[in-house]
Amino acid sequence: MEYTDVVMENFTCPKHVGEIEGANGIGQVGSPACGDIMKIFLKINDDGVIEDASFKTFGCGAAVASSSMATDMIIGKTIEEAGKFKNSDVVDALGGLPAEKIHCSVLAAEAIQAAIEDYQKKKA
Amino acid sequence: MKRIYLDHAATTPVDPTVVETMLPFFTENFGNPSSVYTEGRTVKKSLEVARLQIAKAINADPREIYFTGSGSEADNWAIKGIAMKNQAKGKHIITTTIEHHAVLHTCEYLEKQGFEVTYLPVDEFGLISLDDLKNAIRKDTILVTIMFANNEIGTIEPIKEIGEIVKEKGIIFHTDAVQALGNVPVDVKDLNVDLLSISGHKIYGPKGIGALFIRKGVPIDNLIHGGAQERKKRAGTENTAEIMAFGKAAELASENLEKNAAHMKELRDLLIKGVMENIPQVRLNGHPEKRLPGNANFCFDYIEGESILLSLDIIGIAGSSGSACTSGSLDPSHVLLAIGLPAGVAHGSLRLTIGNHTTVEDINYVVENLIQIIDRLRKMSPINAECPIDDAVFEKASHHH
Repeated sequence: MEYTDVVMENFTCPKHVGEIEGANGIGQVGSPACGDIMKIFLKINDDGVIEDASFKTFGCGAAVASSSMATDMIIGKTIEEAGKFKNSDVVDALGGLPAEKIHCSVLAAEAIQAAIEDYQKKKA
Repeated sequence: MKRIYLDHAATTPVDPTVVETMLPFFTENFGNPSSVYTEGRTVKKSLEVARLQIAKAINADPREIYFTGSGSEADNWAIKGIAMKNQAKGKHIITTTIEHHAVLHTCEYLEKQGFEVTYLPVDEFGLISLDDLKNAIRKDTILVTIMFANNEIGTIEPIKEIGEIVKEKGIIFHTDAVQALGNVPVDVKDLNVDLLSISGHKIYGPKGIGALFIRKGVPIDNLIHGGAQERKKRAGTENTAEIMAFGKAAELASENLEKNAAHMKELRDLLIKGVMENIPQVRLNGHPEKRLPGNANFCFDYIEGESILLSLDIIGIAGSSGSACTSGSLDPSHVLLAIGLPAGVAHGSLRLTIGNHTTVEDINYVVENLIQIIDRLRKMSPINAECPIDDAVFEKASHHH
């Protein structure tokens, strides 16, 4: 399997690892049986802007890199903008993923949506 | 950067003496062994030297050694060849759940052709039960195929005892000894095996050459049809250079068996001790004693195997994992599942297999760095002792589809 340099960079030095204190939107997707679990933490302000994002991931190199890239990309976006965020955005930003690893990027997009839903549920 | 290669169960570097042995057979001794003139006859004679070297390494008669293109071909031939030749007697085969895919997929193929296969379970260490085997034998059982030593967890099966049980019932017994040769003594007379598969590249020989031992008189069909090579049992012009290399590699492996095994075992135990004492939440897969001298296989809780392999590769260490992410499928290793590990734990496996040239310094470097790698990946993981894996099961499984 071949990873791009961007994937390797995001795996070896991932951005936004860990839990944000005071996160008001948390989403977790994946299953240990499939070999990847992704948990995304969002801090969303009253204007609906994602001020900060972080992740914790159990998974392969592509899963870690997808989490790192996805969180980095949605910081500063409104939840409406982040709601349109697609897995292909992560794949493009990473310079591509091997075919059998595309599901890692899907997982990252789903975890972000789950975290936004969690925020909206709490708010409502 | 210096590379530390710890994947000798996958393949081994070709020994320089072996390379030297094989090279003339590409150039000056290029003849086809089937030709009647001098060039052919000279090579044919040389092949018999290699055949004798292989035979000696497993205590067989040279006329019982048949060269193949790989260990997988030897497994395919043994199983399909016995099944086809003996199907009038019965269509039942016994194997185990932890075989190499060359055996498992061949058995699955035969099931589609109307054969019945019993897959014996293994215990937590990867050992089969002799009682299970006795109970599985039926009147129509024609073949028992059980691996000598497992390629992933290194567990060594009780081959001699299995051989006794099977022989008493008059059933044919095949063992895949690809991982065993060069690591533990392999003696076909002592072990009561009828067929035994071996491979060149696991014993410091080249890839693309294997052999099947077929005990004299065992009724078997051919797998590869065509010419009269290998005493009319395996068609195809002989891979002369690699046969010569395989013979030399087998000779070296058996001459140095005790020394090599002692060296690997010492380093293996150092590695296992270093990992078990310095890293929390880790388990050793396979049997504590009945295991290959070079095999160490661990499961680290809360993390995934491919991320361990990538981290090791970056600092110069080559290892392997039973994680689904390294296999291209969604399922983790069938062997780790067979010894009872939950899928989530099986994904976090790391196999390191030591070779003849591995050093104490290599092992110390690996242990020191592994401590840090596991710690870093665990800090990144959403699952831990407070949030265990069973609670972390998820909501949407759609991401794979």
